[in-house]
Amino acid sequence: MYPSAFDYSAPGSLEEALASLAELGDEGRVLAGGQSLIPMMKLRLAAPGHLVDINGVSELACISESNGHLAIGALARHADVASSEAVSRHNHTVASAAPWVSDPLVRNRGTLCGSVAHCDPEGDWNSVMLAVGASVVARSSSGERVIPITDFIVDFFTNSLHPGEMVTEVRIPAYRGPAGGAYLKLERKVGDYATVGVATHLVLDDSGNVAEAGLGLTAVYGHNLKVTEAEEMMAGQTPGPELFAEAAAIAARTCDPDDNVRGPAEYKRAVVAEYTRRGFAQALTLARGEG
Amino acid sequence: MQITVNINGASETRDVEPRRLLVDFIRSDAGLTGTHIGCDTSSCGACTVLLDGRPVKSCTVLAVQADGSEVKTVEGLAEGGELHPVQAAFKEHHGLQCGFCTPGMMLVGSALLEENPDPSEEEVRWAISGNICRCTGYMNIVTAIQAAGGEGS
Repeated sequence: MYPSAFDYSAPGSLEEALASLAELGDEGRVLAGGQSLIPMMKLRLAAPGHLVDINGVSELACISESNGHLAIGALARHADVASSEAVSRHNHTVASAAPWVSDPLVRNRGTLCGSVAHCDPEGDWNSVMLAVGASVVARSSSGERVIPITDFIVDFFTNSLHPGEMVTEVRIPAYRGPAGGAYLKLERKVGDYATVGVATHLVLDDSGNVAEAGLGLTAVYGHNLKVTEAEEMMAGQTPGPELFAEAAAIAARTCDPDDNVRGPAEYKRAVVAEYTRRGFAQALTLARGEG
Repeated sequence: MQITVNINGASETRDVEPRRLLVDFIRSDAGLTGTHIGCDTSSCGACTVLLDGRPVKSCTVLAVQADGSEVKTVEGLAEGGELHPVQAAFKEHHGLQCGFCTPGMMLVGSALLEENPDPSEEEVRWAISGNICRCTGYMNIVTAIQAAGGEGS
């Protein structure tokens, strides 16, 4: 299988990349890891006129902690995220999701920011980002926007980038209190898309009640789904099995999975409920320092 | 556009279309057919090569992206007529049947041993989890990679 013909450039700096994207408009597409884009081009589901390869822009590869957040640059590969000490110190949900993304070879190449921008409802990262309240930094030749993940994800394979903009960074806010989180994924085999994925995030207040809860679901809706109703219901409550069961029930009725090769909808709803319970239980253990 | 890729220590300079896939650059331009094409959808790992030391699926990398990089294929594993320890261990422990997945398995195994010379069974299974074998049931592949590690340490 071969992509249709395209032009290619490999800028050596971010400024050069942004200038190319500004000039190319709709025709331009950023190539980072290429682990979703190249297969889509080979299947002729995507046919960009010009690829702007950012693999030579090494400044985008960094993962750093600064100003109350963890910044993951546009060239940080899934494998870099999985092995990063800064990530494991900073956020349990992100750290636990990284080893579940695709397979080891794809993780060596694919990038977190690329997956976020791709907005595949079966992709893992956007559920994590919805749960932890991440934001996306988008740059263009005319400036920078910091977009909350809830505004960034528009729909099925659709983000809110403008022509000429690219994602340069994803920001994960620092925990404001004792916190924990998990990403639980059911997959048929390594490298398959999720049958169901559940990202949980829990921050406790001084008295041990829920200060902040986050819940994001993979592969059970037209886009990665933030279960706002469950998050709001949990705020201020005492964490524990009863509360988590209530959140699980909300998640199971909010999602809208399809019957497909990965299983019937009813089964997926049951997994959503169970993984929500288990995920929050793990998050609580971590938040209480019992992990 | 013109690219130069160092494959197994030898420079390969060619004019390629941007859409040329790395796996075809290796097989058809450089003539190294030990790198196989299996699924062509980045699922199976038959096309695994080491790109600057890291295992990647060469059906999902553009040749132009390897410009200036070092690629190692299965033909580059043996040195000076001596089998690489992973190759010797695959032979010794019968780590293959039809052989189609073998180049990818051995390259992933060699990259793992570079980082972790004495991996556990679980670590080996984790490392090869992006490579599919339809013959062996994986047992002897895992045994061979572990044995190669054991010899080196």
